[in-house]
Amino acid sequence: MNYHDFRFAGAALRALGSGALWWPDEDLLCVSDLHFGKSERVARRSGQHLPPYETRDTLLRLSADLEATRARRVICLGDSFDDLTAATSLTEEEQLWIATLQAGREWVWIEGNHDPGPQGFGGTHLAEFVTGPLTFRHIAAPHGTGEVSGHYHPKAHVQTRGRRVTRPAFLCDAQRLILPAYGTYTGGLRSYSDTLCRLMQPGALAILTGPVPTCVPMPRQEMTR
Amino acid sequence: MQALPPAFTDWFASKGWTVHPHQSEMLKRADDPALLLIAPTGGGKTLAGFLPTLVDLANLPHEGLHTLYISPLKALAADIKRNLTTPVTEMGLPVRIEDRTGDTPASRKKRQRADPPHILLTTPESLALLTSYEDAPRMFRGLKRVVVDEIHALAESKRGDQLMLALGRLQRLCPDLRRVGLSATVEDPQAIARMLAKHPDLCAVLLADPGPAPDITMLTTKEAPPWSGGNAAYSIPAVLEQIRAHNTTLVFHNTRAQAEIFFHNLWLANEEGLPIGIHHGSLDRQQRERVEAAMVRGELRAIVCTGSLDLGIDWGDVDLVIQIGAPKNVKRLVQRIGRANHRYNAPSKALLVPANRFEVVECVAALDAVREGALDGEPKGRGPRDVLCQHILITACAGPFDATALYVEVSTVGAYKDLSRAEFDACLDFCATGGYALRAYDQWQRLMQTADGLWQLRDPRSAQKIRMNIGTIQDTDTLKVRLQRSRGGKPLGEVEEGFAATLSPGDTFLIGGQIVRYEGLREMTVEVSRNAAKKPKVATFLGTKFATSTQLSARVVAMFQQETWPGLPAHTAAWLSLQREVSQLPRPGRLLIESFPHDGREQTAIYGFAGRNGQQTLGLLLTKRMEELGLNPLGFVATDYATLIWGLDRLTDPAPLFELDALREGLDTWLAGNAVMKRTFRASATIAGLIQRNTPQARKTGRQATFSSDILYDTLLKYDPDHLLLDITREEALRGLVDFGRIEEMAERVAGRIDHKILTRVSPLAAPMLLEMGRVPVKGAAEERLLAEEAARLMQTSGLAMLTPPPSDKPKWRVGY
Repeated sequence: MNYHDFRFAGAALRALGSGALWWPDEDLLCVSDLHFGKSERVARRSGQHLPPYETRDTLLRLSADLEATRARRVICLGDSFDDLTAATSLTEEEQLWIATLQAGREWVWIEGNHDPGPQGFGGTHLAEFVTGPLTFRHIAAPHGTGEVSGHYHPKAHVQTRGRRVTRPAFLCDAQRLILPAYGTYTGGLRSYSDTLCRLMQPGALAILTGPVPTCVPMPRQEMTR
Repeated sequence: MQALPPAFTDWFASKGWTVHPHQSEMLKRADDPALLLIAPTGGGKTLAGFLPTLVDLANLPHEGLHTLYISPLKALAADIKRNLTTPVTEMGLPVRIEDRTGDTPASRKKRQRADPPHILLTTPESLALLTSYEDAPRMFRGLKRVVVDEIHALAESKRGDQLMLALGRLQRLCPDLRRVGLSATVEDPQAIARMLAKHPDLCAVLLADPGPAPDITMLTTKEAPPWSGGNAAYSIPAVLEQIRAHNTTLVFHNTRAQAEIFFHNLWLANEEGLPIGIHHGSLDRQQRERVEAAMVRGELRAIVCTGSLDLGIDWGDVDLVIQIGAPKNVKRLVQRIGRANHRYNAPSKALLVPANRFEVVECVAALDAVREGALDGEPKGRGPRDVLCQHILITACAGPFDATALYVEVSTVGAYKDLSRAEFDACLDFCATGGYALRAYDQWQRLMQTADGLWQLRDPRSAQKIRMNIGTIQDTDTLKVRLQRSRGGKPLGEVEEGFAATLSPGDTFLIGGQIVRYEGLREMTVEVSRNAAKKPKVATFLGTKFATSTQLSARVVAMFQQETWPGLPAHTAAWLSLQREVSQLPRPGRLLIESFPHDGREQTAIYGFAGRNGQQTLGLLLTKRMEELGLNPLGFVATDYATLIWGLDRLTDPAPLFELDALREGLDTWLAGNAVMKRTFRASATIAGLIQRNTPQARKTGRQATFSSDILYDTLLKYDPDHLLLDITREEALRGLVDFGRIEEMAERVAGRIDHKILTRVSPLAAPMLLEMGRVPVKGAAEERLLAEEAARLMQTSGLAMLTPPPSDKPKWRVGY
């Protein structure tokens, strides 16, 4: 497993190449925006038949991260389900899989805008969760500090010699840490968008996910050299 | 057979015209179920196609739609309307003629469905849309004839397949429908005839007098063409001289970027201010229309253009066609020249202008082929199934349908005659349920079977979305270019999103013949300012790139073998001699490979002469193997005759890379992960209705409304590798972008005989490739290495490396766990 170590609000954290956040001292793994059941919701709402395999793909990657880290605590940072109906329409196999992952672990579902209520799975359902110096919530609050959130699906790019590399990314400044979307069928918001530029302080960093997580100053303009 | 009524003979006489033999032949065979006319432009081809219709309408009053005319270009439909209205008005015939394209106002479109004209002029896409309406049977009731113009152009793309499926539908609605095809000269008229006719009907081919042979020569200039490059700037004085000596000259280019650069250089040299315009598909529509109008009024002495001017539009008095750059394909050259010149029975006059010395060889080889009348072409494959999927959805929009009846109807289309019922059913299942091994969408099927076994849309509202996505033309994502502080002003044109992403503020590029400076991106519009710089950074917006045909490639290699080259200009002969001296020339039956350092990279040129697509595939296969061998390839570029690969490490032993069995054996797995397959998948998935086209609205927000189709491709490959769309993607890629047939042909030709030259610098023959556009990146280990380097540099420069992340803060990783 590849990772990038960094310190945020006094906590020693590890950004995994998969897009998960690992807090070794607390045995805690945090993933955001899983969007389970997305293809079902798309079919239900627009009639488009996307390949219905994104839930198992997301679960496969989550299983690998859980196995590698042996996490005892898991926080799903909201938008874990594409909507509350999608939660109930997962296949039996997928539901069982989630239950298996939950077994023996402290599991927290943070509510997101897509899944603003309990969805029938075990674990604790919370609007936000505070532990040690960190506050976990789905959408960054106006004056959050030590805050870990998701929601925006940030992406960042690096212009290398003759090639532009764009990937989902963690964004981090002194106050906030925003996680990339973990789900397989998720688009992204570019780090240079007005929203993310306003949200993140000067000096913010972006950690690109991928085979080798890579830390760069957060790109604030579309074009960099 | 119908005789020509007096009104017609009088009209012909009043014009001082006689009826051409092929025109009366068309009239004589008016009752043939299908008929193909091959005639040069300017020979009254269109009138020949319409004569049976006009005579029929003059003799008998007709209620509703009588004849449908299909052309590949909207502009052509408008043009034909004008040309047809003249005789109809002058003869006082009771015939209503209207056109219908994407540009027709909605109110008129609505009225046309309720009260169709006698003759409707339209495009394949507009026709497909018409067949999707529930009232299609009423609108097409009584339809007697359909005329497909420029059918050879449609035959080369999926637009033709879509059109023929639509004609199959019309034929079922109107069993007595007669089909007429109008075509330029082609190498295999029977193939076009089989495409046109309802299978298994026969289709006669009428050959009109082709007129005198074209007068084509290569332009000779005082100055030699450059060693490399594609802009032909050296020829500007000579081309200007030709423009001066003729009334109207069309200056064709193979790509839009080349047209832009040439036009720019032409203007710099155009001291007397000759009126010269530019016309290509990336320019804003208003700009194009202005140029077209000026051309029709005879105000322009020359137009610098691309294939967007390629079809038989009436451009008035064109007396010279100049082709800049090698023609790539002899047939296309002959057609382009024949069509641009509209004076029947006068020889078309054309000049070839090679852009560099390699193209001199290609031009001479092409001239030889023209002289021998040796047209080239590749046989067309069977009907693509992504187009069939779209056809099934279009059918469903029009109302409930019976699967067997539809299968029978589709089997009457030549390209689909061999489609098995199982294949058809798989397409139907894909449309209905997505066709996944995991039957996830039983509840949300797109198509449902009714109690009586008919198929229909589950949700009738989905018809609108299907209609919005009709068509098989793939747009690349483009961004509008505007002058800064003129929002609301006219855009200058469009560039590809990928090109825009490479620009930094201050960069200059050419568009619409002027140099502009990139200022920034605002709401998905490229903002620029005017700039007087002399040398622009080139715009790489796509032009059509054709592969040099097998025949033409073979002619070029054969020419290389001569002791001396008396048929070539001295400068080119000297260049080939130099290549022979510092390296060697490619030989028939052997494969030449050159390795040399350049630009801080290790470069390898492979002269396979397999055509652009074949060489591109070779690039994909070879870089994959080089990646496995740890040679860190970074990317490659393909031309018609060679592939150039660059990377961090040098290739020392090429032989193991070229074993055909190994190439073929691994093809499937190798192809699976590459960019060409993903591009092909995206096109097929869009046509088949799995993904919807990006709307400009969605892109404006900066948020990816949908995630990339690459993710869908990867997911399918991982969990449902036998899915229909992957099967279609493989089939499409193998015959289109992949063109593996040409690689096999090359491998058999070469049979392991490789000449590997290790040089200290770029060879004369390899130099042109360093300037080629369309570089394909390889996303392998080298990318991680570059990313790490650049990240370290950015952190250092910004000072953030000192600040964060404490305590043990260097980025670090290890592999495996």
